[in-house]
Amino acid sequence: MLEIEGLNKTFASPSGDVVALHQIRLQVEKGQFVTFIGPSGCGKSTLLKIVAGLDTAYQGSVKLNGKAIAGPGVEKGFIFQEPRLFPWLNVERNIAANRSLRDKEVCKQVDELIELVRLKGFEKAYPRELSGGMAQRVAIARALLRRPEVLLLDEPFGALDAFTRTHMQEVLLDIWENNKTTMLFVTHDLDEAVFLGQRVVIMNPRPGHIRNVIGIDLPYPRKRSGSSFQELRSRVLSEFEKVETPAIEIGAGI
Amino acid sequence: MNEATVLDVKAGTGAAAQKRTGSRLPKWLYGWLLPLLLLTIWEIAARLNLVSETMLPAPSLIAAAFGRLAASGELAEHLRSSFIRAGGGFLLGGTIGLLLGVFTGLGKWAERTLDPSLQMLRTVPLLAVIPLFILWFGVGELSKWLLISIGAFFPLYFHTFLGVRSIDFKLYEVSKVLEYSKLQLMTQVILPAALPNILLGLRLSVGTSWLLLAVAEMMGASSGVGYMIQDARVYMQTDIVFVGIILFALVGKLTDSAVWILERRWLHWQNTYKG
Repeated sequence: MLEIEGLNKTFASPSGDVVALHQIRLQVEKGQFVTFIGPSGCGKSTLLKIVAGLDTAYQGSVKLNGKAIAGPGVEKGFIFQEPRLFPWLNVERNIAANRSLRDKEVCKQVDELIELVRLKGFEKAYPRELSGGMAQRVAIARALLRRPEVLLLDEPFGALDAFTRTHMQEVLLDIWENNKTTMLFVTHDLDEAVFLGQRVVIMNPRPGHIRNVIGIDLPYPRKRSGSSFQELRSRVLSEFEKVETPAIEIGAGI
Repeated sequence: MNEATVLDVKAGTGAAAQKRTGSRLPKWLYGWLLPLLLLTIWEIAARLNLVSETMLPAPSLIAAAFGRLAASGELAEHLRSSFIRAGGGFLLGGTIGLLLGVFTGLGKWAERTLDPSLQMLRTVPLLAVIPLFILWFGVGELSKWLLISIGAFFPLYFHTFLGVRSIDFKLYEVSKVLEYSKLQLMTQVILPAALPNILLGLRLSVGTSWLLLAVAEMMGASSGVGYMIQDARVYMQTDIVFVGIILFALVGKLTDSAVWILERRWLHWQNTYKG
């Protein structure tokens, strides 16, 4: 279980300190799929980096299974916006990375993962030969090989076209249903947030804080065209619009 | 298939066919066209006595001198001592350059203390310190080795440093998340990422080594290709001077190709424009 309590984060900037995160409080049960949505600057990526242990300059407590997060590690798999593959390694070696393929067990798991992320036949291909979606699937397989306790995804499908993105969302749900990995998924796409998450965390900027958490009580696989999906989507959307309102009011005041 | 694609395919094959008729010669021959033409003109000019034999002996005479020297074993002997000098100096300077480049590349502290001095020394023309070398180490093997090794040092040092510093922070972050050990980070991230730059440095180092070998051997030696050239000049054996120059060119080209082969094998993953 992931517990975040009284989390504050400030960045130093030339024009003074900027509060990136203000009093974040959140609990995520093991195996839960949580999506984070909010306008840019609301600190959702910063929050993810803190959970990953990539950013340790914060106040408050962030605990995974009761233990404070001390630094990055394989139990907290991270999928970045870009695939970040090693360009000099082919697909299977990228997935194995610092584990040796000569190890029979590693080799077997890599094969299974290649099957899972639907990349059969591309084991020997190099990153330059892959499309964006394929490369991102390699990155996901690389994280999964380490059997992460929680998978942190920072707008992983943001750069993909609509078709590939839908496909990738299905692949990700497949993986989640198979492995029951806890998922923290940051996105700026409303549909994606509602389609994937059991809970949608809506965040507000200036300073970044959690505005609302909406439970999406729909069975998987979800149908985007379904009426209950649309209903929940508009609920999230209306919350989201409230987020935007203050900015408009300020604008109107001038 | 619709009409547009049919047209496309036709246009494609048409262009390909045109390209085929345009290039009847095998590809490798193109690089030889210009040298062959020049050699022919040269030979004709020499046969017609348009140029003096002591200034510009005919290619056939140079080839004959080449054959003579090769047969007597003299050529092999000179080449051997040149190889040992250039190779030894290169290995000495290149290894130190590589290690120091990695060292200063990895640490801010090492960079601050070492790099400014090295950058300053780098700008000193090496040929200007030759008198000092002769003064300190004499004209023997030691000063030749040292001269060559200093020449080989700088390109490898500089480009290794650049290579280590050009590593994408994003990949470094990935290595953190995947829990790479310090050693794994070195050998599996930093080294491969720096390899394109290191190989460029290697190539330049090899080139500098040959250049300085020629200089070192001409400043006083009793064997080596540079010595052979110098000796032949004294006796006005211009054909042998040419043999020496050709040898340098051949060996230089061969070593350069060796590095190129390494690049092809190790850097095939690079996604770059290939012309």
